[in-house]
Amino acid sequence: MAITPSAEPKTNHIGLSVLDYKGGKTTLCAGCGHNAISERIIEAMYEMGVKPERVAKLSGIGCSSKSPAYFMNRSHSFNSVHGRMPSVASGALLANRNLIALGVSGDGDTVSIGIGQFVHLMRRNLPLIYIIEDNGVYGLTKGQFSATADLGSKLKSGVINDLPPIDTCGLAIELGATFVARSFSGDKRQLSTMLKAAIAHHGTVMLDVVSPCVTFNDHEGSTKSYKYVKDHDEALQELSFVAHFEEIDVEYDPGTTANVTMHDGSSLRLRKLEEDYDPTNRIAAMTRLSEAHDKGEVLTGVFYVNTKAPSFLEMLNLVDEPLATLPESMTRPGREALEAAMEELR
Amino acid sequence: MIEYMKEYRIGPDGKATFAIVQAEDELAAIGMVIGAGWAGARSMTATAGPGISLMSEFAGLAYYAEIPGVIWDIQRVGPSTGLPTRTSQGDILATAFLSHGDTKHIMLIPSSVAECFNMASDAFNLAEQFQTLVFVMSDLDLGMNNWMSDPFEYPTTPIKRGKVLAKEELDKLGGFARYKDLDGDGVGYRTLPGTDHPAAAYFTRGSGHNDKSNYSERPDDYENNMERLNRKFETARSFVPRPEILKGANAKIGIIAYGTSHWGVIESRDQLRAEYAIETDYLRLRAYPFTREVHEFIEQHDRIYVVEQNRDAQMLSLLKLDLKPELITRLRSISHLDGLPLDARSVTDELSTMEGK
Repeated sequence: MAITPSAEPKTNHIGLSVLDYKGGKTTLCAGCGHNAISERIIEAMYEMGVKPERVAKLSGIGCSSKSPAYFMNRSHSFNSVHGRMPSVASGALLANRNLIALGVSGDGDTVSIGIGQFVHLMRRNLPLIYIIEDNGVYGLTKGQFSATADLGSKLKSGVINDLPPIDTCGLAIELGATFVARSFSGDKRQLSTMLKAAIAHHGTVMLDVVSPCVTFNDHEGSTKSYKYVKDHDEALQELSFVAHFEEIDVEYDPGTTANVTMHDGSSLRLRKLEEDYDPTNRIAAMTRLSEAHDKGEVLTGVFYVNTKAPSFLEMLNLVDEPLATLPESMTRPGREALEAAMEELR
Repeated sequence: MIEYMKEYRIGPDGKATFAIVQAEDELAAIGMVIGAGWAGARSMTATAGPGISLMSEFAGLAYYAEIPGVIWDIQRVGPSTGLPTRTSQGDILATAFLSHGDTKHIMLIPSSVAECFNMASDAFNLAEQFQTLVFVMSDLDLGMNNWMSDPFEYPTTPIKRGKVLAKEELDKLGGFARYKDLDGDGVGYRTLPGTDHPAAAYFTRGSGHNDKSNYSERPDDYENNMERLNRKFETARSFVPRPEILKGANAKIGIIAYGTSHWGVIESRDQLRAEYAIETDYLRLRAYPFTREVHEFIEQHDRIYVVEQNRDAQMLSLLKLDLKPELITRLRSISHLDGLPLDARSVTDELSTMEGK
């Protein structure tokens, strides 16, 4: 019998195959938007050639926060407490600045119980990719509305939401996050591109991904259903990304396309679908988000990028090596230091 | 603190070998401590009773997921906002079991500024050795008033980082199970995020887990894990600071006190001897869980007066949980509750009255 030798597995520029980025089997519902996001994370990390051992996955509590178990098993992961992942992530990154930190949260975890820590995280510009898997409901506890549910959105039971939503993107821009974008779990290309740019960015990335809950919020009357989002999705730009290690550069027309050079030398290209939208203009970004609300659009795209602001690690003037593994010679001052301090107190 | 760090912890390249963050609240402060501890750095925060209350949930996470960190509690008078400018020892019981479920914590209890200095490094060593939070129970009198002190002695104990597997060890072992009790002391081996080995990663969680840190609701996994955590706490009993014991002449009466009560108690013992001819032995507790010496001291005396600065005899209650039933009746409480540092006279008066003098 003839044997067809299998082809060499495809590898990325650090020699790993996509299987090296896989996670455990998901326990989320079939069709859950979160599973698609996990797929995109695997894709982006693989394509960017990020070593899985350098990644730290951090999450709070909820369906979204379970998902780090379903991608990148070779990365350390910390499923912490409800709404407080930002502080845990902050501590971890200060301890080891070489980590590529990926925070996965949900709309309940971030916008209700976690709004306090979210707000302060955004102010610090810590180099962290913060993803909100946003479905507008609490999926683990029978689908109550969360604080990102739109006014007038309807639960399966017929209950109408009568409180205004909190726009995480508008909030993040106002507070100082330096890469703020919104995507849709069903938009493979846009989300993948954003994630790759997020990996290239050294500052706080706030990525709100509308991710429909097939069990509790995918029906007629919901504004976070697959159908509603597909019908109302307004993309600000068409995104493309050229990683720093890719040799072939594609020409672009500066008249129609904005080019953002990321910290690692990669390029994020934003082909304008709306005239004159400038993703480096904070105020314009907030105005455009407000307009989207009034028009009932699900506006997606990169709203704001700032590659100039110093990161929290730079503000703290940290040494290059991780604080976690500094040798004793650098962490315990000598006897003469204590004697001098004692002498001053006499 | 910041001034000392700037003076002594800037590397040759002018960069900081430390990070100090003003957190937005105590939840974030302990969250950062736990995040940093998980990633392998020594990390601490300081607070008072209301902050301890806020830290409760995270304290349970650190206990159950086994993450080192150091929390200082400068105890003041509760409940609630209480008397925020006054001193007490009112957080002992709440801190020993801080958080829901079966949770318990190591506490160190300094009585002088010099001891604060020593316990600051002891706390880090114990936290990393036992992969858990260590609470240092200071108080407002010690933390905010001026104290005389001899110059601090340069630490001679090495910095101990606990059971951490690096790449080289993983190369030899091939892999590891985060919560497996290989050494019988209840303490597993951990790896730090960023360790460059494909088998280094594990999934840290506050939910039920097995040896490998996989999610588990199996009754045997849960029970084994909780029993191991108990074994770890029992091991800690032999490693925490031992009590200081001062003997009288053939005393049948013992006094147990801790923290800043110490200074009033040593003066009171002189008063008791001089004024009432009452001889006492004295044990100053320096840590929880209680070491063997504490049990022996109680066995050696007919009556034990536990002197403390709270209403509910909190340390006495903790002792009761530890003691054989027949020893519990030996304990008597002398409680001091006015928010002022403990004075010798109030101890002398109460103890002599209870002794029928």
